[in-house]
Amino acid sequence: MSAGALLSLRHLRKEYRAGQPVLKDITLDIDANGLTAIIGPSGTGKSTLIRCINRLVDPTSGEILFEGKDLAKLKGGALRAARRRVGMVFQEYNLVERLTVIENVLTGRLGYVPAWRAFLRKFPEADVTRAFDLIDAVGLNEEFATRRADKLSGGQRQRVGIARALMQEPALILADEPTSSLDPKTSVEIMELLAEVSANRHVPVVVNIHNVDLARRYATRIIGMTGGNVVYDGPPTGLTERDLAHIYGGEDFL
Amino acid sequence: MTDAAARAPRVWTRFSPTERIARSMLYILTAAAVVWSMKAVDIIPEFLYDAPEQTADLFRRMWPFDWSFYPKAVHDALIETFHIATLGTIMAIVLALPLSFLAARNFTSNPILNFIAQFIFVSSRSVNSLIWALLFVAIFGPGALSGVLSIAFRSIGFVGKLFGEALEEAQPGPIEALTAAGAPRSMILVKGYWPQVEPAFWSVALLRWDINIRESAVLGLVGAGGIGVALDAALNNLYWDQVGLILGVIFAVVIVTEVVTSTIRSRII
Repeated sequence: MSAGALLSLRHLRKEYRAGQPVLKDITLDIDANGLTAIIGPSGTGKSTLIRCINRLVDPTSGEILFEGKDLAKLKGGALRAARRRVGMVFQEYNLVERLTVIENVLTGRLGYVPAWRAFLRKFPEADVTRAFDLIDAVGLNEEFATRRADKLSGGQRQRVGIARALMQEPALILADEPTSSLDPKTSVEIMELLAEVSANRHVPVVVNIHNVDLARRYATRIIGMTGGNVVYDGPPTGLTERDLAHIYGGEDFL
Repeated sequence: MTDAAARAPRVWTRFSPTERIARSMLYILTAAAVVWSMKAVDIIPEFLYDAPEQTADLFRRMWPFDWSFYPKAVHDALIETFHIATLGTIMAIVLALPLSFLAARNFTSNPILNFIAQFIFVSSRSVNSLIWALLFVAIFGPGALSGVLSIAFRSIGFVGKLFGEALEEAQPGPIEALTAAGAPRSMILVKGYWPQVEPAFWSVALLRWDINIRESAVLGLVGAGGIGVALDAALNNLYWDQVGLILGVIFAVVIVTEVVTSTIRSRII
């Protein structure tokens, strides 16, 4: 384990059906800075990998070392406390549709605030201020704060999703195909926002992405996966056509 | 091989032979059931022939209504009916809510708890509120308390089943997002499930309240309080003008609650 690593995966393996591993022995270190893009064909275990990190999916074996703990072994309250430190952004945004934008952002604090406060909608003032700041920071404005999430466009929803993840004050942000449901221009904007989060807020971002061009443009590190294995790991400048052919299998698409 | 496939005429039938047989059997069984039940009901033709006359006679006895009876006995009983329906509904909701979370398979993954909750719902629904009222009148004596309890016990299954099903239809995405944020289960319930199922909840609660107002109107027939007591007395005394008044009042109340609940429902959703 290298000294600067924030997150270390050790021999991570996941089988949904016994004997058919989706992830085969993944060992990776993620540093406390930069934007890491995971690319690879559909069904190769990218989503599973990212969901194993915060245990939305339980790995079959292996270690997930994060901030001095092995997340793979945590349960109950300890797992929830660890999850608070890992923000997540989803492909389908996963906002609570019938709640307002600000309440969706504040749900990022649910791991911290006492239950009665959240129930009575009495979030601490500092949290509310922070939520407003984040709504501004992701490129929405105060006017949006009281609007219901189901009234927003895809790009706006994803901005709320990012604000919600940042609301957790995470040490790491995971993004599972954050741009796949968006148009090309909005995709660029969202990737720009995530790159800015990693650079200016010093929160490292790990993002699954289908779009290789976007990955090249915004990532500081690219991980190429195929068939449940890591087959490329390095800077975007080092990613050759040969590597892509290996990752995606064949050259026809290039 | 390919030649044979090309030459074979391609026929398409909507049903396979087994399906056709099953369907014909179903038709025959339905016809048999109709014939059998006609025989079992044993209609007396004489009573059937003079039914229009009897109906007309009944209406003539009812009209004009005995309006003076309203302030004497109907008004208070009507208010009591409202109270029985409302208290019973609230009680049912309070009891059914936690059970429906236990019954929802996406929220509670323990099959034993799911089963227990489902079992309570089925037991509650399998007994008509009049029967519940007979039981409670035997236990607590006649009066509004028995009415409230019988309304509540009948409604638990209704509210619980429908609300539990609404919970099962909640989108998993937001739940996943809150889980990822480290939210405890109680907060996932309040901030993840509840906002999604809130319209369904109000819709079920209002519908049940609406039904309960009608049901509590007849509970008095077995002594469980409300306007039914007055109706029972009027029927026994053959005061048809009073019976007519009470039926008219019930009809008016049902229409008013229908309007009120549908207005509230459209505002909430």
